[in-house]
Amino acid sequence: MKKLISALLLLVTPVAAFASSGVHLDSADIDLNNKAAAQRGAKYFVNYCQGCHGLSYQRYERMAADLGLSKKEVMDNLVFTGAKFGQTMKNAMPKADAEKWFGTAPPDLSLIVRAKKGGADWLYTYLRSFYLDPSRPFGVNNHVFKDVGMPNVLWELQGLQIAKYRTEKDDSGHEHEVFEGFERVKPGKMSPEEFDAMVRDLTSFLAYVSEPAQLKRKSMGIWVIGFLLIFSILAYFLKKEYWKDVH
Amino acid sequence: MSMLTSMVGWIDDRFPLTKVWNEHLAQYYAPKNFNFWYYFGSLAMLVLVNQILTGIFLTMNYKPDAELAFGSVEYIMRDVDWGWLIRYLHSTGASAFFIVVYLHMFRGLMYGSYKKPRELVWIFGMLIYVALMAEAFMGYLLPWGQMSYWGAQVIISLFGAIPVVGDDLALWIRGDYVISDATLNRFFAFHVIAVPLILVMLVFFHIVALHAVGSNNPDGIEIKKGPKGNRWGDKAPADGIPFHPYYSVKDIVGVGVFLIIFSAIVFWAPEFGGWFLEPDNFTPANPLKTPEHIVPLWYFTPFYAILRAVPDKFLGVVAMGAAIVVLFLLPWLDRSPVKSIRYKGLIFKSALAIFVVSFIVLGYLGTQPATPGRTMLAQFFGVLYFLFFLLMPIYSKMDKTKPVPERVTE
Repeated sequence: MKKLISALLLLVTPVAAFASSGVHLDSADIDLNNKAAAQRGAKYFVNYCQGCHGLSYQRYERMAADLGLSKKEVMDNLVFTGAKFGQTMKNAMPKADAEKWFGTAPPDLSLIVRAKKGGADWLYTYLRSFYLDPSRPFGVNNHVFKDVGMPNVLWELQGLQIAKYRTEKDDSGHEHEVFEGFERVKPGKMSPEEFDAMVRDLTSFLAYVSEPAQLKRKSMGIWVIGFLLIFSILAYFLKKEYWKDVH
Repeated sequence: MSMLTSMVGWIDDRFPLTKVWNEHLAQYYAPKNFNFWYYFGSLAMLVLVNQILTGIFLTMNYKPDAELAFGSVEYIMRDVDWGWLIRYLHSTGASAFFIVVYLHMFRGLMYGSYKKPRELVWIFGMLIYVALMAEAFMGYLLPWGQMSYWGAQVIISLFGAIPVVGDDLALWIRGDYVISDATLNRFFAFHVIAVPLILVMLVFFHIVALHAVGSNNPDGIEIKKGPKGNRWGDKAPADGIPFHPYYSVKDIVGVGVFLIIFSAIVFWAPEFGGWFLEPDNFTPANPLKTPEHIVPLWYFTPFYAILRAVPDKFLGVVAMGAAIVVLFLLPWLDRSPVKSIRYKGLIFKSALAIFVVSFIVLGYLGTQPATPGRTMLAQFFGVLYFLFFLLMPIYSKMDKTKPVPERVTE
């Protein structure tokens, strides 16, 4: 019985199922209506990511229309793969080579923001959480995605950082390491603030790519619900009128 | 004679149009005291129509092929005009269907709508529920995401727990040793035609049976046995009003309010925080990579929790099946002389409250990874779930009921 009560207590305590297994995620704080940010993000994507990662569901043409870019702007500045305007933003790296080089083929990123718990916050935190770890093939590990196969492709911009831990004792006296934060050991081309802003733009772009329809969907909802409100009010008065004689 | 009247007359000589209209709408007398809980039947019908219509349009662009399925859903989301809206109406509709049906069933529990003479209405309703579960389960495989794949893998492997024939049965269902293209194709066939046909047929029977015996009401009074005569006819029950126009206009108000909530989800939160569309299902199915937690969607989790609560796999499957089968027996388990909770005593009210709490807690536990503490809780509430039914013949008889009035109350 005692065990049951403690189990019941366990149930009513706020559930942190997601938090317990994962790490703390920083808020990406993106604004999908900020097209300039998404445009910059697209530029970063084709320059730093597309060598390995494709967006095989995203068409250049659709991106141009949604982000307010002309065909010429896109073809001159954002297409490095020889693709046509109406084609999707695939990467050029053959899958077989990718598997040989990285152990696993780099995933397609069309849906990365929707596929991760935490969404944009996850991506924003992940890209900023690489740290030096000589035991890994590329010399870096990631605090959000342990032992990830990806190297830190943004290191020239970000600089290099190490993860700092402190040792804590829990209630039962066991010692364990608690993550304290990162320490930059070599500065990059960007200041930490500039780098965060850049990752935010990239996240913003990939959040858009994960569901291009969301721009339209959110603004359309207001009209649909506005109509339904008026409809419901009229329906209510119609019902009242009909039911006047029912007692 | 006007054109319309003569046309209806022409049809009536060949098809019972006016007869059907009168028997089921204009001269179908429903008790006049329906409350909030009586909206969910018509709403279930609305969601069914939504699922069928949006389903037809999804089928036009979806590819039931393990190589193409995931991509074709994204094609619908991105390249098909209004495809995203059709897809969200369908995916949100699936969860809405279960919400509406659970509330509809709870109404039946509260007001004793399963009791004599409505046993068959309840049985047809339960068959609809089972068909709906099959429909939802097979539909969930179609997007071919990680959770589609692994959810189906786990659930179908349960058949393997059946002694002797289990493994062969699971193989027969899958058409392969694992979930594969063959499974996807047959699930598609079941999802888009076989089960919908059964569903529509069962809904038809549900309504025919209901209209034969007449609707129950929050007082649990048989209006057909009460005094006769109202404004519409000498033989009509005094406490009844024609379904059309009274309940048709009333249900339209319910439809409006329902659609406001439904649209808010479709347009602003189609994933509903991962409850309606799970993050893991935005990753294509990968037979070589098992997700960390495999959980069914929320509407199955009470039964999933019961399954996991039993240490033995086969007995777990039996318990899960029994949790559904026992609902079919409800009309014969309830021995109370009254139908509605309004006139039942404290014992039944408490039992129903405990049952609702158990169902919700089990539903929650089913979404969480199993720990020893949670398993114990699931066992505790699983037992309560079954006791609600198994002890019902005893406590419903002991329960002190209140006298039921002659006529329905306002």
